[in-house]
Amino acid sequence: MLNLTPKRVTLFSGHYGSGKTNIAVNYALGLKKQFDNVCIADLDIVNPYFRTKDSEKVLNRAGIKLISSEYASSNVDLPALPAETYAILDNPALHAVIDVGGDDRGALALGRYVPSLLKENDYDMLFVVNRFRPLTRDVKSTLEVMNEIESACGMKFNAIVNNSNLGEETTVENIVSSFKYADEISGATGLPIKMTAVNEPLAAEIAQITENVFPIKLYVMQSWKLQEDR
Amino acid sequence: MAEKVLMKGNEALAEAAIMAGCRHYFGYPITPQTEVAAYMSKKMPKIGGTFLQAESEIAAINMVLGVASTGKRVMTSSSSPGISLKSEGLSYLAGCDLPALVVNVQRGGPGLGGIQPSQSDYFHATRGAGHGDFHMIVLAPSNVQEMVDLTFKGFDLADKYRMTSMILADGTMGQTMEPVSLEMGEVKTYDKPWATTGTKMERPHNIVNSLFLKPEILEEENFKRYERYKKIEETEALYDEYMMDDAEICVVAFGIAARVSHNAIDEARKAGIKVGMIRPITLWPFPKAALKAASEKVKAFISVELSMGQMVEDIDLAIRCAKPVLLCNRVGGMIPTVKNVYDSIMQANEIGGDR
Repeated sequence: MLNLTPKRVTLFSGHYGSGKTNIAVNYALGLKKQFDNVCIADLDIVNPYFRTKDSEKVLNRAGIKLISSEYASSNVDLPALPAETYAILDNPALHAVIDVGGDDRGALALGRYVPSLLKENDYDMLFVVNRFRPLTRDVKSTLEVMNEIESACGMKFNAIVNNSNLGEETTVENIVSSFKYADEISGATGLPIKMTAVNEPLAAEIAQITENVFPIKLYVMQSWKLQEDR
Repeated sequence: MAEKVLMKGNEALAEAAIMAGCRHYFGYPITPQTEVAAYMSKKMPKIGGTFLQAESEIAAINMVLGVASTGKRVMTSSSSPGISLKSEGLSYLAGCDLPALVVNVQRGGPGLGGIQPSQSDYFHATRGAGHGDFHMIVLAPSNVQEMVDLTFKGFDLADKYRMTSMILADGTMGQTMEPVSLEMGEVKTYDKPWATTGTKMERPHNIVNSLFLKPEILEEENFKRYERYKKIEETEALYDEYMMDDAEICVVAFGIAARVSHNAIDEARKAGIKVGMIRPITLWPFPKAALKAASEKVKAFISVELSMGQMVEDIDLAIRCAKPVLLCNRVGGMIPTVKNVYDSIMQANEIGGDR
């Protein structure tokens, strides 16, 4: 299983719907086991539903600070980021996870923080990929998305996260079938595969087949399964 | 079978439209349906289609009318406030007997409302989409696979009956991600001798028009249209049944509300309550016959909806007010919880009986 050797700031970006938000939440929870001072910032100014903010209770319980637009998951569709996002840059004692919005449009919002991140140079910028998403089915189109994001935010990725999955229907075979795809992206970009994210029930089996498996729980709950109001 | 892909409802709908042969999309961004436009903007240029972000919803629906006049498959999509703006165009499409697909990924209202899911455009879709006597075929998907399947079906029915099909989804259906199969089979094509495709000097001009100044002729147009509607009501109503065989209580719900109800029914069955569900898939035509038949077996109905009881009227009409119809609803962007529906089932079980 994956041994976290984190930089001070870890950024997750990728095609929207690649699973960034859920991985970011799981990663922050993993970090909290090693460090006292952990925060997660939701920079998504595009997606109105299924946000980091939906995991607020889990994060609060773990003692992880959530930096998120106060309008997220509300009825206000306002692409505003809170001023406290700058705390990530100003507080060197903090370990931070940044959930960047999907695609180039989402990544645009990261731009204003990039000069400081580059200057400090203690970050991992991770490209989350899912082979089962229709616009990133093949290596060529995945690399297109990657280039668009890099151009939009002015920051280069330095590793890949393979999060290939079919939601609740994901099988071991589905994940195994994504290894070649992930390897080809790695080969074409020269970037290492930092981890393969796998839903917990399947993680042990996948860990026997490949290295650096990151077991994740699904924290983004489907609304028709909610017993009570959030 | 081809491998499934993981898609957001809005994207799945857009891809299905392309697979159904739609090469013309006109729209204007609005949450929570923007991904339909975003997907079209990425995909259409690559396949020689047209994506055009119009200057307004009103412009978009009139561009739809233009393309529909030529017999090409065409669509637009929006969310509640944007659909209101399209109302005039919907009436003109009906008056011209043109096939088109219009998508409403509903959000809370009235007015600017909010951006969270809703079903409160039920009346608009099934009764009052615009001025004049007309209907649209209204399809209500309840999972991402149905966003695909019903889009495909919507185009087919539109061509078959020369009228507008509306996909009446809600914000959750648009935003939810689920695995889908995109194997759609053959696209059926229909002769469109009325299309304005150029006479080539071989036939008289085709005229697409909704203006009839002679009342006798306008009346005749309306009568002919309602002949077709009658046939649609008799043959095209779609619904799904869940645990209705021995049911004493019948939940009626569509879209996201049906997903919640399904889970609540499972819970209630564990408690020994005989409850089932009729899930309308077409809201117009409403599956009246199925509900009428159920009314002879069950003691009460529950309408579960994200609106203020709009569907209760259709249930009451379908069952001729033969049994009580309870309402279990949340509005303003809220979704009924499993417990909300479960509690209503328990309430129906208490008070149910002949009225």
